[in-house]
Amino acid sequence: MLKIDNLHARVEGKDILKGLSLEVKPGEVHAIMGPNGAGKSTLGNVLSGREGYEVTEGSVLFEGRNLLELEPEERAAAGVFLAFQYPVEIPGVNNTYFLRAAFNAQRKARGEAELDSMQFLKLVREKLKIMQLSPDLLNRAVNEGFSGGEKKRNEIFQMALLEPKLAILDETDSGLDIDALKQVAEGVNALRSPERSFIVVTHYQRLLDYIVPDFVHVLAGGRIVESGDSSLALKLEEHGYAWVAEHGEPAGASA
Amino acid sequence: MNQPARTPFVAALADAPLPASGIAWLDQARRGNLEAFADAGLPDTRVEAWKYTALRALAQRSFAVGDAQACERVVDPSAWAMAGIDGPALVFVNGVFRGDLSVLDALPAGVSLQPLSRALVDEPEALRFAMSRHYREPGDAFARLNGAFATDGTVLRVAAGARIAAPLRVLSIGAAAGHDLAWHGRHLVEVGEGAELTWVEQHLGSGEQAHLATQLTDFTVHADATLHHVVLQQAGAGSSLVRRSHYRLDARARAHLHVLELGGLLVRHDLRAELVGDAAAFHTHGAFLPDGRQHMDTQLAIHHQARQTVSTSTWRGVASGRGRGVFRGAIVVNAGADGADASLGNKNLLLSAQAEIDTKPELEIYADEVKAAHGATVGQLDERALFYLRSRGIPQAQARTLLTTAFARAPFESLADAALREHIQQLLLARLPD
Ligand SMILES: Nc1ncnc2c1ncn2[C@@H]1O[C@H](COP(=O)(O)OP(=O)(O)OP(=O)(O)O)[C@@H](O)[C@H]1O
Ligand SMILES: [Mg+2]
Repeated sequence: MLKIDNLHARVEGKDILKGLSLEVKPGEVHAIMGPNGAGKSTLGNVLSGREGYEVTEGSVLFEGRNLLELEPEERAAAGVFLAFQYPVEIPGVNNTYFLRAAFNAQRKARGEAELDSMQFLKLVREKLKIMQLSPDLLNRAVNEGFSGGEKKRNEIFQMALLEPKLAILDETDSGLDIDALKQVAEGVNALRSPERSFIVVTHYQRLLDYIVPDFVHVLAGGRIVESGDSSLALKLEEHGYAWVAEHGEPAGASA
Repeated sequence: MNQPARTPFVAALADAPLPASGIAWLDQARRGNLEAFADAGLPDTRVEAWKYTALRALAQRSFAVGDAQACERVVDPSAWAMAGIDGPALVFVNGVFRGDLSVLDALPAGVSLQPLSRALVDEPEALRFAMSRHYREPGDAFARLNGAFATDGTVLRVAAGARIAAPLRVLSIGAAAGHDLAWHGRHLVEVGEGAELTWVEQHLGSGEQAHLATQLTDFTVHADATLHHVVLQQAGAGSSLVRRSHYRLDARARAHLHVLELGGLLVRHDLRAELVGDAAAFHTHGAFLPDGRQHMDTQLAIHHQARQTVSTSTWRGVASGRGRGVFRGAIVVNAGADGADASLGNKNLLLSAQAEIDTKPELEIYADEVKAAHGATVGQLDERALFYLRSRGIPQAQARTLLTTAFARAPFESLADAALREHIQQLLLARLPD
């Protein structure tokens, strides 16, 4: 599904990703952990095509296509979804209107029939139930005045609606209370399928109790420095990232 | 002082014959205003109020006064059809009242609505105060022209206590003629004590004319009355339009103004409000969207003259192409206007490198216990918001339109009439296609 090879990326003249390689197969859940500033969000931004993130080396294939040459909206239509670490408030743009515009734009791009507002509302109601999100958030402007937790849940709600093939969740668990964390995890688990993959960026092992990953990676200094199964998260929780450096950092990876 | 050389603009109008009214005071006022116009000509950018709006190009053009064939001009009423709004309407084509296009039967009880041309015949004395004014400020060139040449317009009175639910409309339409015309509308609107009125002022025009119109409107809002004033400016693409609106608010009167500036090539709007009664409230909202080579200049001046008066102003500018926007928002709180509360905000969006917006909020406070806030910004579309929308699959052009429309629509969310709100939304969407 996703094959990242020796990815180097630069932001504002500063090298952030320095030879990152990662392969995600259909149906897999990969957790990425790592210290602040390691480049986790940068990876999400590069994968979803944000301007200002310059790829200087390496390649990213998504279902065999060169992902890096696609516009952000083309990536979305191809099935890439980024749940933002900091969802953006967009005053004046109604949430439902936005969701339908996004949903139909993706369908149009894929040559599928668009949904009218009745059909769309029906779909929205179904998905709302899954996420246990208050319907009046739909009548507000996108993320405007949403609480931190509401913003994060809104991201997962969008994911449930847009049904991407690859979802990148950037610290969706940060700032969530325990109940919301479970809801988010349930939302993700409900979407798990043999065709859908997830990259879950988190600082907390706790999320991984609910969303059990197939692989856990440590991203430090712009590359993956350690990979393992879900038990790696427990070790990190216990020993911290310093342990990785002593234990098994590949040569030349230290910043 | 040196007489300025007569520009083609001044030459064509200064020697035009004045309309004859047979009313001595009116003829005298017209003569006085025309003389003042001829003497001073058009203001240049050294006049503070015209600092950002150069009239050099206009000064080189000449206009014929009025349209003798205005009554035969063919215009398409579907141009001003509005879903959900079909109340009384006064229609002017090239400045001349068109009874055949207007809807004046079925006026609600308590409303008296007449074209000025008729009111001047029926009850000239009632118009004397407004119509005998001399305009003496530097920069009053267009008001002087209006004072000299205006023969038509609107006289509207709402009786005390009458609450008029359906909007009343005045439409000013520019139609192609053999040559460029100058015409002038004079409008007087009075809302009686405790009355309520929604007044929709529309400017429309076909693309192939380049007329000049001036519109001068006085609003008097008596104690405890409410005025909703909506301006939809879609004048012809080549036309010049200079408007001045005066508002006078008595005690506890409130006025809600919503202005959408879309059309015209050279557009100037002066808004002056005097809050003369205690606890009067004036709320202004507007958006101007200069595109191409359009120039739009809004000059807002609100005078708090009584205690506990309130004003809020929310204005947005969106400039694209080589469009140029100018906004000046002046709030003056006079001595004695204690407890006044004024806020003014003007946010602007530049959508192209050649677009320009100049904005200047001004605050003068001479009273005590006053709350005042003002701010202005000029910026580009929020890149983070743009990326957020695109990351969800919305194509770039559509995402830009979505954000721009949302930005421009914000001042109109407070518009009470849902049909008008929806109409404005449609106008914005049509203006900013995806
Ligand atoms: N737009 C930008 N402009 C300048 N620097 C940036 C930009 N985006 C990222 N960086 C820098 O790149 C580095 C990696 O940032 P990134 O957000 O990817 O870290 P992260 O691993 O997600 O950290 P956190 O765990 O705190 O979210 C940081 O030093 C950050 O300051
Ligand atoms: Mg991050």
